[in-house]
Amino acid sequence: MCWSLRFCWAFLAVYGADYIMNPNNRNGLSRLFYNPTARSLFFQALILGLLLYFVMTIVGNVMTNLNQRGISTGFGFLSQPAGFGISQTLIEYNETFTFGRTFFVGLLNTLLVSFLGVIAATFLGVVVGISRISPNWLLRKISMVYVEILRNIPLLLQIFFWYYVVLQTLPRPRDSLSFGESIFINIRGVFVPKPVPDAGFSFYIALLVAAVVAVVALTIWAKRRMRDTGQQFPVFWTSIAILFGTAVIGFFITGRPIMLDYPELRGLNFRGGITILPELIALWFALTIYTSTYIGEIVRSGIESVSHGQTEACRALGLNEGHRMKLVILPQAMRVMIPPMTSQYLNLTKNSSLATAIGYPDLVSVFAGTTLNQTGQAIEIISMTMLVYLTISLLVSAFMNWFNRRVALVER
Amino acid sequence: MKKIATLVGATVAIMATAGAHANTLETVKNRGAVQCGVSDGLPGFSATDSSGRWQGIDADVCRAVAAAVFGDAEKVNFVSLTATERFTALQSGEIDILSRNTTWTLTRDASLGLNFTGVNYYDGQGFLVSKDLGVDTAKELDGASVCIQSGTTTELNLADYFRVNGMSYEPVLYDTSDQTVGGFEAGRCDVLTSDQSQLYALRIQLSDPDSAVVLPEVISKEPLGPVVRQGDDAWFNVVKWSLYAMINAEEMGITTANAEEMKSSNDPGIQRFLGVSGNMGELLGVSNDWAFNISKQVGNYGEVFERTVGTGSPLNISRGLNALWSDGGLQYAPPVR
Repeated sequence: MCWSLRFCWAFLAVYGADYIMNPNNRNGLSRLFYNPTARSLFFQALILGLLLYFVMTIVGNVMTNLNQRGISTGFGFLSQPAGFGISQTLIEYNETFTFGRTFFVGLLNTLLVSFLGVIAATFLGVVVGISRISPNWLLRKISMVYVEILRNIPLLLQIFFWYYVVLQTLPRPRDSLSFGESIFINIRGVFVPKPVPDAGFSFYIALLVAAVVAVVALTIWAKRRMRDTGQQFPVFWTSIAILFGTAVIGFFITGRPIMLDYPELRGLNFRGGITILPELIALWFALTIYTSTYIGEIVRSGIESVSHGQTEACRALGLNEGHRMKLVILPQAMRVMIPPMTSQYLNLTKNSSLATAIGYPDLVSVFAGTTLNQTGQAIEIISMTMLVYLTISLLVSAFMNWFNRRVALVER
Repeated sequence: MKKIATLVGATVAIMATAGAHANTLETVKNRGAVQCGVSDGLPGFSATDSSGRWQGIDADVCRAVAAAVFGDAEKVNFVSLTATERFTALQSGEIDILSRNTTWTLTRDASLGLNFTGVNYYDGQGFLVSKDLGVDTAKELDGASVCIQSGTTTELNLADYFRVNGMSYEPVLYDTSDQTVGGFEAGRCDVLTSDQSQLYALRIQLSDPDSAVVLPEVISKEPLGPVVRQGDDAWFNVVKWSLYAMINAEEMGITTANAEEMKSSNDPGIQRFLGVSGNMGELLGVSNDWAFNISKQVGNYGEVFERTVGTGSPLNISRGLNALWSDGGLQYAPPVR
């Protein structure tokens, strides 16, 4: 019957299908074939097997190739001394520390700029988003132009703009802009006084903690009272007064427990104080502004997704504009806003790797740049770097999903 | 980013292919051109001129190899690489020779799976400072901001030098030499550090070259040379001897102009070198007139040096350590016999 291979397939297809389709012919095997559970298990096992084979082949190839080419492998390099300097380190670091340490220095720098970026982009984004639907014509148009221009210029160009065009026009150290002889701005960055704890510092901290506890207690009490009696209490302003008052009065009562280390020009550069690198500022501005345009659009669409009936209902109840936004519109808009917001936060974190273009010492610049080049361990380092971005993204994702579940509409 | 793309690409290439570079010489001959990794623009070493042609002492090493293999110095594909990309590009087989002002060090020789084939320029690290800083020696640089190109031995030498002298510094890292010069000119840093030859090259790129000076200190040894993959001795030999041929040619007085008439010389050494007698080329796996082609089409080491970085070029660097051994320099090539 099988004259040629093609014919044979056709024969099998026609007669085989016919054979299986006929319920009288179903034996054990074909019954299994038609069982949905068994069938899905079989295919999942097949895919898993193929995937494992694929990964094993790649790992095997890598090991063979590296061996053949005499390239040393392994993670032993992480405990070798690094021997190079890094301009911004949040943890203690100098040239005698290990390559492993450079990983953490870079990682923290990445997290710092991402964190600052997320916070600032959210604030700016919400302002832009609300402005876009403002009844004020000028505000509406300005925010529209802002969004349309800045989200359509590539991020890398915006980083270059801030770094090369704006910040590099600042004066040199000797002609620094000075604010009260304590804050200095020049092309090397912003230099601010550094607080140094002095005697009585722990007592001062204890006072501040007590103030925070008092504020929390006040909030709970006010909420409860409002629920029970309907009377309102100005929680916000009272809290501000308590916190600010404790901070200022406590500072003098405990005998000024914080000294300030002022930056001063010595030799070629400013010494002492805290230095905020121009690279950090440029990257932060660019990331914030670029991402805020997207967040603005998300906020706008979220607010517009809340039906107009809600606004009318608020007006009918006599709520003022602030209360309408805060208590009615935004909580409902949040449900629409959070999932796309997560993507923007992830984008911002990943975009921070463009830091390497202007020399901000982030993970990619320090670890996947200098460390890679000094050790030559490309595979290990690139894998570690990719894994870090994956982990950060998954963590942000997990947090935002949790938050999303909290604000989601609970259907009964 | 291009850099990340290259690194990831090369990593994937290492993952996916199984040992495809056993015989580079054969691969090169079949391809019909040498893949040569050069810098992203360093005048005198490898940079494109106004007509888009790669010029420089590093670029000419690749031309010499092409002349030896194909008898045609133009059969070279130049690939521009940043300092960070260069080794990965060579390891993954994207290029056949890395000729990119690369310092020969033990780590690179022993752990990267690479071999340095020789030294085509003896260099040392120095400092470029702006004149109005009023600094005469590197010892006065305490606390300075220093612009560096990332991924270079320079970074390590700098750290060592400041540490040994008990001085502090702030490193400012850039990816390409253009950005480094940009940062220096804008005043982001007080000092630019690099190999001295590069400092001269970068200085003439400044909008006002007279505003900056190169400090006298040389803080390291930087022997620069071509690099090939380890474990392919035939190709290693071809690249190594192409460079030696240039140096030998200078020693024998063979130049682009007189190569043809030198063929009729009755000096047996020159006859052997130019392939008139003997089978030197065959032993290397190339044609017997390999050294003749190098001398005729690229020129001897001295000619190339003067043309690219020496007195015939804007860099105007003196031969110094790079003079022939017989003139008190370090350039020395084993004999062709």
